[in-house]
Amino acid sequence: MKDWRYWLAEQRGTLLAFGIFIVMFTIYTSNHPAGFTANVVQTASNKGVLLAFVAMAQTLVVITAGIDLSVGMIFLLTNCLASWLVIGTGIETALGVVAVLGTGLLCGAINGAIVIYGRLQPIVTTIATGAVYFGIALLLRPFPGGSVNEDLADALTGRLFGVVPASLVALLTVVLVVWVPFSRSVLGRAAYAAGSSEMAAYMSGVPIRRGKFAAYALAGLLAAIGGLFLTFFTYTGEAAYASGNAYTLFSIAAVVLGGVSLFGGKGSAIGAIFGALAFRTIGDLLFVFDFDPLWQPLFQGVILLIAVSLGAFALFRVRNRLEWFL
Amino acid sequence: MDGAVPLFRMEGISKRYGGVRALEKAELSVTPGSIHAILGENGAGKSTLIKVMAGVVAPDEGRMMLDGSEVTFASPAAANQAGIVCIFQELSLVPELSVADNIVISDPPKRFGMIDRKAQRRVAEEALARAGAADIHPLALVKDLPLSRRQMVEIAKALARKPRILILDEATSALTAADVAKIFGVLKRLRSEGLALLYISHRMNEIAELADQCTVFRNGRNVASYAAGAKSDNEVVELMIGREYSHIFPPKPVRAPAITAPVLEARKLSWTDRLDNISLTVGAGEVVGLGGLDGQGQRELLLAFFGVLRGLSGQILIDGRPAVIASPAKARGDRIGMALIPEDRKTEGLMLPMTVRENLSFAALDRLSRAGIIDRAAEQRLIDDMVGLLAIKTAGLDIPVGALSGGNQQKVVIAKWLMRQPRIILLNDPTRGIDVGTKQELYQLMRKLADQGAAILFYSTDYDELIGCCDRVLVLYDGAVKRELVGAEITERALIASALNIHGEEMPVGQGADA
Repeated sequence: MKDWRYWLAEQRGTLLAFGIFIVMFTIYTSNHPAGFTANVVQTASNKGVLLAFVAMAQTLVVITAGIDLSVGMIFLLTNCLASWLVIGTGIETALGVVAVLGTGLLCGAINGAIVIYGRLQPIVTTIATGAVYFGIALLLRPFPGGSVNEDLADALTGRLFGVVPASLVALLTVVLVVWVPFSRSVLGRAAYAAGSSEMAAYMSGVPIRRGKFAAYALAGLLAAIGGLFLTFFTYTGEAAYASGNAYTLFSIAAVVLGGVSLFGGKGSAIGAIFGALAFRTIGDLLFVFDFDPLWQPLFQGVILLIAVSLGAFALFRVRNRLEWFL
Repeated sequence: MDGAVPLFRMEGISKRYGGVRALEKAELSVTPGSIHAILGENGAGKSTLIKVMAGVVAPDEGRMMLDGSEVTFASPAAANQAGIVCIFQELSLVPELSVADNIVISDPPKRFGMIDRKAQRRVAEEALARAGAADIHPLALVKDLPLSRRQMVEIAKALARKPRILILDEATSALTAADVAKIFGVLKRLRSEGLALLYISHRMNEIAELADQCTVFRNGRNVASYAAGAKSDNEVVELMIGREYSHIFPPKPVRAPAITAPVLEARKLSWTDRLDNISLTVGAGEVVGLGGLDGQGQRELLLAFFGVLRGLSGQILIDGRPAVIASPAKARGDRIGMALIPEDRKTEGLMLPMTVRENLSFAALDRLSRAGIIDRAAEQRLIDDMVGLLAIKTAGLDIPVGALSGGNQQKVVIAKWLMRQPRIILLNDPTRGIDVGTKQELYQLMRKLADQGAAILFYSTDYDELIGCCDRVLVLYDGAVKRELVGAEITERALIASALNIHGEEMPVGQGADA
């Protein structure tokens, strides 16, 4: 019965992120004037899931040893689109949701096609496509505005049975419907294999290209789900450049906190979700301790540095110094 | 009719890489239920042959027949589909995935479109058991396993694909003796089950134990096929010899036995399982060669001297005094004065997009600058000297070094180090992939530097070069020095025999130095 040890080793990054989150959230709620109430949890959840969706999107690409700097812009673009389309009767709203998600999927697919078939570097590709997606978002919403089906929005940002935050249930559903099947499919494994050692994967006859393409496309879809939720929370669409960039950068931070290796091949979207929730809680912590919000970026940066340093210890074990550069 | 129709045939297969002929109308037949050994020295074409069979490399001409009908393989996956599975020397395992993930990687068992982990586990356990490696846990990550265990996983992975033809390319080189015994048992069982096995190894005792049929390759051609045991070791060596001599070497000095103290000395140098108790000396004005088959620790030895390896045991002495060489920066410093011409000039030697000028002065920048500012005039003088000395052909000093021919690129790498006037020069297979003219110039240069008092340690995979350039040659096998050849003892026969670790009638290790 040594199986659980291997499981533990594999899930170490995820469990660590989970632990960090639990500790932070406990400190947060125990110092919150209102304490651990359904209301506090709901607010935290609604703030947290946005970054969680974008971080999941980032995870998929990072697993393939790539990086997606357009996730924040897809998030904005789909937010602006949703503020036009997700409105009206039930049918119209449903079609709007489908269109928004389809757009996200398409954005991701474009990224993937350029990176894989055009053989461009992910970082350059997604900076460029991100600018394009933002440009479209700006054309859709030159000024903040629009509206959304408020019944749907309230249902998805409210509470189920008076206690469970609906947004958290939505997050869980997406994990079960998107992440779990992907990570257990041949394509998902191909994405991991390509991220870990593309040459070995090729030599083993793994469908590398399809795996990577699926990862990029699904990343677009997940970012779009995030964009949809942003619309549900704000009831409007807004092409806010700074916000898009912040989401992109925070998603990378969340991914690293969640134990996903930027070198590829290792990590789980579930870890990234806890990374995102933990990262969000840092800001809230400052709030309950009455710190000036000016401290927030500095504080987040320090936490991130500490978390990232944990991953560098392996380098002390290297015996051939040339391996540092591999 | 049994055995009359070969399972797989290669006819007239040729392959060139640039100007180099790797395979020249090679032929090979593989019959089911037998183990076929392939022999040949470095660069004889064995690896290319296998790569063609496994769909990694497309041949320039020739055809392959499987079950009597012609086949072509567009990718390794296509070859696998046809039942040809290769265990490569460089492992093809994905490090971050588990053993079980790796074993089923090409065709995982599926249920409802998702990978069925239970079935996967079963398949993996079965394959590991078949490979005699049931001690490996299927959930362990490949990157956490030692090399010998990974090799066993590689074999299990190949077996899980139910091959008809299994190719093992130096598959036992990383294994412990106990594992080799297990694998031999497995291979013999597979043979009795009717598989065709191709076995590439340089270990003559393994071939004697396993093979039914042997084919010797030389210069990209199959020169002889015979039933195993039909030829003696010496006859096999004879078949492997016979390369065309195409290089002109400078005359070697007739020297008295070295009385000067060695400049570079190693005492009982060991590192992980790659270097095993190596002792050697290189004197001023001496060119010492490192021979043996590729990958016997020669590279690691040079890296050890150059301060790249950690956890080295034993001693390195410079000018007779123990020295701690903690990094390449220390190695090249004035006290030691060492230079390493690396094996892969494109990654370890040059910054390809940067200019010829920048590349040339990289290693000597500290000498060419005062208070961190580069003295452009001094730089220019030294560069002019070097471009003249090595006759580097370039359209200008300010074009990217990547635009030069391979030979001239290599000259830039060498010139870069000569700008520091090193006393100890380590060369790691420096003539690989460069033209014959440049090779000759390098041989002349090497001798000239030695005559000026440099101590040179020269690893080459080309036996002609070792014969033509070196005063002494140390032959490595499994990370240890197996033989030392001095002066006239350096012959192709002696090099090959000792590289294969055949104990011929010649002198044993070490005696040559006193001769």
